[in-house]
Amino acid sequence: MLFKLAFRNILRNRRRSVMSIGAIAVGAIAMVLFGGFVAIIILGVQTDTVRRTGHLAIYRDGFFTFGSGNPAAWGMQGYTQVLDMVKQDPVLAPMLEVATPTVSLFGIAGNFAIEASRTFMGAGVVPQDRDTMRRWNPYQLTYNNAADSGLDAADPTKGVVGTGLARILGLCEALKLSDCPPPQAKEKLDTPVSTDIAALADSEKSANAEPVDTRPHIDLLAATAGGAPNVINMVVTRADRQGVKELDDAMVLMHFDLAQQLLYGRGEKRAIAIVLQLHSTADMPAAKARIAELIRTRNLPLEVRDFIEISPFYGQVTGMFGAIFTFIAAIMGVIVLFTVVNTMSMSVMERTAEIGTARAIGLRRGGIRRQFLLEGWILGAIGASAGLLIGIGIAMIVNRSGLTWMPPGQSAPSPLAVMVDGMWKLHAGIWLGLMVMTTLAALLPANRAARLPVVDALRHV
Amino acid sequence: MTDPSHAVRLDAVEKTYEEEGLRVTALAGITADIPRGRFVMIVGPSGSGKSTLLNLIGCIDRPSKGSVEVAGQKIAELSDDALTDFRARAVGFVFQNFNLFPVLSAYENVEYPLLLLGLGARERRERTMAMLDQVGLADQARQRPNQLSGGQKQRVAIARALVKGPSLVLADEPTANLDSANGAAIIALMRDVQRQHDTSFVFSTHDPQLMSHADETFSLRDGKLVGHHVAEAV
Repeated sequence: MLFKLAFRNILRNRRRSVMSIGAIAVGAIAMVLFGGFVAIIILGVQTDTVRRTGHLAIYRDGFFTFGSGNPAAWGMQGYTQVLDMVKQDPVLAPMLEVATPTVSLFGIAGNFAIEASRTFMGAGVVPQDRDTMRRWNPYQLTYNNAADSGLDAADPTKGVVGTGLARILGLCEALKLSDCPPPQAKEKLDTPVSTDIAALADSEKSANAEPVDTRPHIDLLAATAGGAPNVINMVVTRADRQGVKELDDAMVLMHFDLAQQLLYGRGEKRAIAIVLQLHSTADMPAAKARIAELIRTRNLPLEVRDFIEISPFYGQVTGMFGAIFTFIAAIMGVIVLFTVVNTMSMSVMERTAEIGTARAIGLRRGGIRRQFLLEGWILGAIGASAGLLIGIGIAMIVNRSGLTWMPPGQSAPSPLAVMVDGMWKLHAGIWLGLMVMTTLAALLPANRAARLPVVDALRHV
Repeated sequence: MTDPSHAVRLDAVEKTYEEEGLRVTALAGITADIPRGRFVMIVGPSGSGKSTLLNLIGCIDRPSKGSVEVAGQKIAELSDDALTDFRARAVGFVFQNFNLFPVLSAYENVEYPLLLLGLGARERRERTMAMLDQVGLADQARQRPNQLSGGQKQRVAIARALVKGPSLVLADEPTANLDSANGAAIIALMRDVQRQHDTSFVFSTHDPQLMSHADETFSLRDGKLVGHHVAEAV
């Protein structure tokens, strides 16, 4: 009877109830769509980050805090043993997609034929491993990034640069880049600034005694771990957009062996990091804990960091979108709260005499309270359920619309998508959250109704 | 519980209100006994305190001073919930405006007090249908109040008041919104069920037609009991 009464009372003023249910449903729709959109963005950023940095990285102890300014000095001796330790560990092995050494370095990149140069930020990677990492896509997100790294496992001299750097170094025509400025007449200098560097590069070329190469190439100058200048020549196979202008203007991706040659010359070859990419991000805490345990038990001077620490951008993006979602949810919650408070208050006012009658007949205060709370719950349940269904329907339409947009940190447009599958926790949270809000909203009028003196309520016209 | 030989015992009952800072005395020292199984009228001009007295007898209000005892129960001793439960068991109400729940059918309105008593579905159904049959509305059980005439609504209200078998039924101007024919029919119906169920009826009324059926009449003026008349037949 309680449910019957509540349901019929909701139908009594249909327009008002529909308005309340509509407000709740709109709140649910907004949260389903935005929550699904945010989830896609976060998974997209995660995918992009994990493709670039892996899930975990093992460094020499202290590198993460102190070593970024001079990576060469923080090279990891005996890195192949560390790599073997990780790959052969029975706990880690089943989780691993890739375990690969990397080198990071800084220096000057120059195309001295046209006297263009710029500082670069480089990474030396194992091409096959990098290609495997770039295919990591457990969430089945579609990205337009190149499937391969552009490096050649068989030819360490080949490398890839950011599009900005390619433009700066005058490689537009050779790499067939768009949006390039027209060639400018070069000012003739009496004494070219880079004469000494060009001479160093020429001596390196003649030492290698290679035939004349017509492919676009650049010279990379860096200080070795010992502090001596070193220069190598790199064939540029491609220019890739990096998504961030600073990276686009400075990035050089090269073969691991070439990077080692630049950084260590003829000395002992080291790696700066062992990068681990896992099959699933969910395994990351367990893998990190296992590596920390191995480091501790074997007393190795190493440290392990996860991609959230390595790439603050990921944390910033998730934090920002989390805050925006919370803000929107709070606004929706307040709207729902006031709408339901208004609806229930009107209902209490209109039904004051009925409240008095029910109390006189023998319904306790608690019964009156339950009656109005139940009405609030029913409004909330209908509104939240309808909102979820409509929101999911709109999300499915959007996902099939073919619209695209540029996600943060991406270099190419991605399909505009709203995540639906696997979002049951968010959807359940939205439903429960709205139910909590409608309950809170109904509580105030319900209490007011329950506290009405019977005589006053009966007298109400 | 005390002596249940009387339906109602009022002992020096006072009721005062605060209205805009002024103290208004609605009832001033009412002492009266209402015997069981009677048709009792409380009469008096508007503002004399009839409704206030009926509210106290119906246990929906508490006196400022004095003692109210209904069916042997001193209402001052009961908490709000206990008093509500007592009303659910022992007191039935018939209102001037019928006060039926508009979203419930005639059947559901009559069944409602039985739900509050926690009776099982079968017993509820039997008692509800028997009561509707007694007031002549068995074939109107599915109708909502807005589909019933004034007289039919008041019959449903009477059925709702009596279905739980209360010891006391209070009726505030029950014929005021009915035409004379319907009023007479309702009075006859109430008289009939009062005799059948040996229930005490207490009315607040101005209706001479209803007053003519009184076993006892209590007259109020300015919150004071100014007359008590027992019919010769009683």
